[in-house]
Amino acid sequence: MAKRQKPKTRIATTRRRVAAPRSRLPSKSVDTLDLARCEQFLLHEARLLDEAKFDDWLALFTDDAWYWVPSEPNQGNPHDTVSLMYDDRRLLETRVRRLASPRMYSQEPRSRTSRMVGNVSIEDSEGRSVTVRSKFLMIEYRREVQRLFAGTAFHRLVQLGGAVRIAWKRVDLVNCDAPMDGLTQPF
Amino acid sequence: MAQTTEDFSKFFAPGRVHRQIYTDPAIFELEMERLFGSAWIYVGHESQVKNPGDYFATQIGRKPVVMVRDMSGALHVVHNQCAHRGAMVVATERGNAPEFTCCYHGWTYHLDGKLKAVPLNHGYPTDFDPSNPKTSMRAVSRVKSYRGFVFASLATDGPDLEESLGHMTTSLDDLLDRAPDGEIEVAGGTFKHAYDANWKIYFENLCDAAHPLFTHRSSIEASQQQSDNAHSDGTGEIAIRQMRQNGAPYSFWETQVGIWTYPNGHSYLGDYHDDSKLVAALKDPVFRDYIAALEKKKGKAETKRILEVRRWNSNIYPNVSLMSQFQQLRVVHPVAVNRTVVQTYNFRLKGAPEQMFRNTIAFANIVNGTGSLVLTDDLEIYNRIELGLSSEGTEWLQVGRGYQSDLPDAHGGRRGVNSTSEVYIRNMLDAWLSYMNQTPGRHEARAAS
Repeated sequence: MAKRQKPKTRIATTRRRVAAPRSRLPSKSVDTLDLARCEQFLLHEARLLDEAKFDDWLALFTDDAWYWVPSEPNQGNPHDTVSLMYDDRRLLETRVRRLASPRMYSQEPRSRTSRMVGNVSIEDSEGRSVTVRSKFLMIEYRREVQRLFAGTAFHRLVQLGGAVRIAWKRVDLVNCDAPMDGLTQPF
Repeated sequence: MAQTTEDFSKFFAPGRVHRQIYTDPAIFELEMERLFGSAWIYVGHESQVKNPGDYFATQIGRKPVVMVRDMSGALHVVHNQCAHRGAMVVATERGNAPEFTCCYHGWTYHLDGKLKAVPLNHGYPTDFDPSNPKTSMRAVSRVKSYRGFVFASLATDGPDLEESLGHMTTSLDDLLDRAPDGEIEVAGGTFKHAYDANWKIYFENLCDAAHPLFTHRSSIEASQQQSDNAHSDGTGEIAIRQMRQNGAPYSFWETQVGIWTYPNGHSYLGDYHDDSKLVAALKDPVFRDYIAALEKKKGKAETKRILEVRRWNSNIYPNVSLMSQFQQLRVVHPVAVNRTVVQTYNFRLKGAPEQMFRNTIAFANIVNGTGSLVLTDDLEIYNRIELGLSSEGTEWLQVGRGYQSDLPDAHGGRRGVNSTSEVYIRNMLDAWLSYMNQTPGRHEARAAS
């Protein structure tokens, strides 16, 4: 197969420059993942996505993480039923790399998103790892159309070397089984 | 605006089609009447209504219908409409019911659509007769199952289903033949992806072997640059192999694939996978187990014959496309002249290893998924065609690739001189023209060819 030119990341770089100051990550010395720390982490993640810092978003995930947006309410697993998105670590890396490509025609022009995260609760805690449940609203604007997404997110957060990482993330959209135009933005 | 009496051949020139057939709301209305109102339309698969009382609500064109199995096991497709005030009766997409009851005044129907009971029936005019067919949820004129694939036609007469399918029955056979136990079932959920353009645009992309290398370059490049060392549970591996395969050079697309077309608008593209470890590949360990299961049930010679049928998209005009080799099926639902919803299904092959179905699901996510790294760029193309077609800059669109070099096919069709020929688009437009002009000799008219 012919070797192809590496896609330029001009658009992503330009967007990075106009971005607002970085939000602060939680302190590395804290041992327990309490509610405040989880909340802070989710807000940080939402901000990275809104600012299209997809490489930084990818860096939040563990090396064997998975990311899942089911196609059905109460879907049991991502293997026996199709999913709007189901990425193991390898596919998630490819998804993020494609998002930086200027030849991603479904992102010409680029989407802009705005997310609200709330109703955060800890569902299940084992000290250094927790499952966090939250609600989100996301507006996506692209080519004169504004779309509204809403749903429940579950994050499995773990601590690795003092940093918080996502071991898995499940996003249940309220309209997961509706007819939908293409989805390019991670939730 | 199109007139009902006009000759639609005015929209065609050799190797060209006028943009108006994709944008004119009046033409769309006539398509619903003359094409979706008479052709054999794919409704669903019998496995979706396995047990007595099972129903599946869908549409023929824009008309809501219900496919249902009655208590005796017989299959029906009835209009999803109450005979009283016209309300849609069945409001959920699938389920099981002993009878259908309208939520407005309680008119209740047997599963074959015949009226069962009417509350307050003494209040209707004296000639009110509950046994009159006009008081039923009207049965669709013709319903026929081809080996479990259910088609319906709103026309009271016309060619038989098998005559209409012609050589395309071999693609439906292929999907079924691949099940070691000889049985398949719809499983694993559905995608419903939508776009803002005409329904024909979708069909006209399904066998387009000239677009992947360009349209899908972002996913081709991202997958080519992906390290195979990153963790995968198998899902990513299947997706990435598929995306890389889209990056096969033009020379491969031109010479290795093949495109075949048949009367009534049908067509199929040959397979383009040469990755020895892809989902349906001889060196894939899951596929080896599958071959063993197939050989045990069907014998070596029949297994060899089945596996040598290698097709990509098989398109049965005007509303269904299947990938027999990969157990995928897509149904096209026209919503408006510039709005289309495509609903996709997966099939489980009975007797095949369980992991094979899981591979089918991973494959569906990348090929048909609403959030797929590949399909999203196809949907963008459809939207841009619609945006572009509002311009009068190019009145006549080209469908002329391979024009004048089409070759006859042994089964009564014609094939492209190579796989990037637009012969399958011209073939669909021929069928479109004969439906729209409603000429009696349905296979005679020729539009852009």
